[in-house]
Amino acid sequence: MAASSRAQVLSLYRAMLRESKRFSAYNYRTYAVRRIRDAFRENKNVKDPVEIQTLVNKAKRDLGVIRRQVAEQGTAARRKSGNSSRSLGKPCTSWP
Amino acid sequence: MLLRAAWRRAAVAVTAAPGPKPAAPTRGLRLRVGDRAPQSAVPADTAAAPEVGPVLRPLYMDVQATTPLDPRVLDAMLPYLINYYGNPHSRTHAYGWESEAAMERARQQVASLIGADPREIIFTSGATESNNIAIKGQGLTLLLRLECSGAILPCHSFNLLGSSNPPTPASPVTSTTGVGAIYIRRRPRVRVEALQSGGGQERGMRSGTVPTPLVVGLGAACEVAQQEMEYDHKRISKLSERLIQNIMKSLPDVVMNGDPKHHYPGCINLSFAYVEGESLLMALKDVALSSGSACTSASLEPSYVLRAIGTDEDLAHSSIRFGIGRFTTEEEVDYTVEKCIQHVKRLREMSPLWEMVQDGIDLKSIKWTQH
Repeated sequence: MAASSRAQVLSLYRAMLRESKRFSAYNYRTYAVRRIRDAFRENKNVKDPVEIQTLVNKAKRDLGVIRRQVAEQGTAARRKSGNSSRSLGKPCTSWP
Repeated sequence: MLLRAAWRRAAVAVTAAPGPKPAAPTRGLRLRVGDRAPQSAVPADTAAAPEVGPVLRPLYMDVQATTPLDPRVLDAMLPYLINYYGNPHSRTHAYGWESEAAMERARQQVASLIGADPREIIFTSGATESNNIAIKGQGLTLLLRLECSGAILPCHSFNLLGSSNPPTPASPVTSTTGVGAIYIRRRPRVRVEALQSGGGQERGMRSGTVPTPLVVGLGAACEVAQQEMEYDHKRISKLSERLIQNIMKSLPDVVMNGDPKHHYPGCINLSFAYVEGESLLMALKDVALSSGSACTSASLEPSYVLRAIGTDEDLAHSSIRFGIGRFTTEEEVDYTVEKCIQHVKRLREMSPLWEMVQDGIDLKSIKWTQH
């Protein structure tokens, strides 16, 4: 597999930020966005292609984690608030 | 048409209802659960006081009590709670073998964080159990030897209760509660007697089925901590400085407890003279704080404030512990500082002691009468 190009790295960066913004928990959301930005910034001058590939692979794994956790936590949040409101986004039919 | 208009008006009234809104600076920074739920979501039970849809929760500044679970840790744990639920001590089938492999991998991760051999790591149910093993399993004299060996940390035994102290002053290990580990050195051997008897698990040191998902979480947390240590330490130190400086420059008579040199930056314990700690905690209801534990009672630098108050006791009653962790944001720190300053000032206004001090009365010279 050819080493990751600049375009691929950038697209990975954008994908990670996009996914991270979907965390419903404030602390996770802010941490993920901040950490991703700082990590990519910190490594922007890496030249060694092997090292770049290692970093990219790690980023891809982390992207997977973020995707799964965003989905998992989304359902968890809905489960919790389901106790107080019947459904999200729909007007309550018993409202007078 | 009328019904819709009425509903719209009611929804507006509900969203404008006074929840206790935070003051200006942070534009309502209280955490929202289910942030993406639209504002018009109203509770089905209309008999209850109409609450705004998304529930606001206090800022979490009590990481010394427990920490939020890092998503990477949860991600590592989930398979062992869903499909890979075997008992690591089952020798006869794949579920057992997988589970055992995961447990040993976690052991390696924990060992690697502290530079130990995996055979020196025993999993326990948490810091309390680890402490018990270390102390009761050996007797007090050997405890001193443990500390002198340099292999053990601020706590009497190396124990990880998810959020408690790591081996070097750095970021906390953010795993779940309910699991811990103890490091028992092999060379030179430290003899520890088992406290819990049973099936001889964990080299006979701690019988009982090892909870695979929990130890997997612990291992993952250690690995993450190892990777993030430098970054977290730098960040937490910066936020810690910010909190302390901003509070101290706006409020007089604030004392920081604890040794300024050997001090974990994420744990800040401040005493506010002439203010009752409990009332300050209650006032800061938008922020989850605590008044700190007795075990961090390194002596205060003697200050004229202390002498003016008269005894250490009084200052201890007004101490608040602020916890800054991996997930704490700058906004949360700023909000906490703002609220803290505001309420300390308010409480001091109400304090007769403060009034006397402002009038130049030396509190030590007061003769308190009995009644």
